[in-house]
Amino acid sequence: MDRPAVETRLTTESLSKKGAKGLRLFWLRFRRNRLAVIALCFISLEILIALCAPWLAPHDPYQGDFAATWQTPNSLHWLGTDDLGRDVLSRLIYGARVSLSIGVLSQLAIALVGLPVGALAGLRGGRVDYVLMRIIDVLSSLPVMLFYILLMVALGAGFGNLIIAMTATGWIGMARLVRGQVLSLKETDYVRASRAMGGGTRHIIMTHLLRNAMSPVIVSLALGIPGAMFAEAGLSFLGLGIPSPQASWGQMIGMYQAYIRTAWHLTVFPSIVLALTMLAWFLLGDGIRDALNTHAHGGTV
Amino acid sequence: MARYILSRVAGLLSVLLVVSIITFALMHAVPGGPFDARALEKQQMIPDNIKRQLNTKYGLDQSVWRQYFLFLRNAARLDFGYSLAYPGRTVVQIFKEQWPYSFQLGLLTLAFSILVGLGLGIISAVRPNSWIDHAGTAVSIFCLVMPSFVFAVLLQFFLSVRLGLLPTGGWDSPLNWIMPVLANSLAPVLVLQRYTRSSMRDAMRAGYVRTARAKGLGRRRIMFVHVFKNALTPVLTVGGPLAAGLITGSFFVESIFRIPGIGFYFVTAIQHRDYPMIMATTLVWAAVISTAYLLTDLLYALADPRVTLTKGT
Repeated sequence: MDRPAVETRLTTESLSKKGAKGLRLFWLRFRRNRLAVIALCFISLEILIALCAPWLAPHDPYQGDFAATWQTPNSLHWLGTDDLGRDVLSRLIYGARVSLSIGVLSQLAIALVGLPVGALAGLRGGRVDYVLMRIIDVLSSLPVMLFYILLMVALGAGFGNLIIAMTATGWIGMARLVRGQVLSLKETDYVRASRAMGGGTRHIIMTHLLRNAMSPVIVSLALGIPGAMFAEAGLSFLGLGIPSPQASWGQMIGMYQAYIRTAWHLTVFPSIVLALTMLAWFLLGDGIRDALNTHAHGGTV
Repeated sequence: MARYILSRVAGLLSVLLVVSIITFALMHAVPGGPFDARALEKQQMIPDNIKRQLNTKYGLDQSVWRQYFLFLRNAARLDFGYSLAYPGRTVVQIFKEQWPYSFQLGLLTLAFSILVGLGLGIISAVRPNSWIDHAGTAVSIFCLVMPSFVFAVLLQFFLSVRLGLLPTGGWDSPLNWIMPVLANSLAPVLVLQRYTRSSMRDAMRAGYVRTARAKGLGRRRIMFVHVFKNALTPVLTVGGPLAAGLITGSFFVESIFRIPGIGFYFVTAIQHRDYPMIMATTLVWAAVISTAYLLTDLLYALADPRVTLTKGT
């Protein structure tokens, strides 16, 4: 174990000596993690499929066919049909749109709320910090899944409401992370030096704090994507996520789970796709973390 | 010590108060009440005067503030009223009859995850880079990426539909317990295994272990006296809240395997907008989990003499 670690460090150093910087250095490091590259390819493929859904889906995902209900996989319907005769493969392909965009959009929304709040608390300190932290303490005393469920019951099922619920719970962790980063960066030597040399607050925030606080934020967002997909799937499973005519993987599993004896294909295929996608996002997030070289704790437990 | 416990209990009560306010506000923020939800499901209209009578009977016609204070007054006496989804049963009755199922599932899951998680964690720490360490990493990645309900569905498909080895659901015989426990133990196994491994590695690198080795103590003695004792106390801190989360039931596993526990009832309560049941479940959950944190901290202080309890922590 010791040897490869040393080797990696040496090559990384030689890379940075060659003048590889920023994104290029990141890519060179990232590329070395074979699993993460495979995961990236897998996810890119899925995004491509989701984007091209209207051309790729063999049938209309919403159009039922009462002459062809409950079919097991066959040459016309590769993954079979459901209780209304809708094509499972087409619903899976359209479901990719929902599941993937929930993951990405919710993380963007979380960053949009959590970043400024955390930065404000960390930079201002004092009473602002105290009040914000007390709010965060109280909100985090609720179990997360329970909070989601209560919010979704209050808001009602739907795509936009899912994003709102995830932001309402997710900004807490993000604000905490950013605040911690800002607090510890404020005390570093280079920030003090910059201030001593007359650097203004805006200069310090833009060049020193933002750039250095970014890596853990990016890692947390990348690992947050599978977490959000997990939550979407769970809520849709309970009937609180994506409402019926639309398709999402979790919802497909939840709706047809009771029929597993008679129509296994309705739940098994979405289950496999969901599990593989979660694995891919996790490996990708892990690869990004290693390439950024931060030691933020990964994974939502 | 007594002052510490008192201040923690006061903190616990204020958390419960806030949780009850948030839940109550969310429940009443939506247009439509529990009777509308049920009417919609049965596709029929409830005449206005009957709805008014129902609202009067359950006190839903009063102002939200009054409803909340009435709720608080009754909740303090552990009276949560009648369930709206199961007419004729009080919430307390439902809890008394259904919680044992969740409790049993939780304890079985806990025992299983301690066996697997702690075992894998210890062995991977003692023999890093052995095949069992790699197997441990594989298990933890599996637990991390596999949603419990997906695992439950796949287990159900392969073990009971395809191979016919186990019954698909129910809770009557020990054979029924296997799949729910497996599906429920993903998260606890992950947490226990990770914590145990890293905590053991830290303890094995500590100065006192080097000293013990330098003194010529046997490997077994070092492991049992120095490493285990110091490594397993931090695991306690995650174990307590974990156990609390487990005994309060699981939404997914209970509904998939048709186990009549609290999680199963909560899912139906949500679908029926059963206000009393939702309020009670949320509060009981928050109470159990906060109590578990408190007990864990106390236990930790007892187990590790270096820890002192102060008001701030």
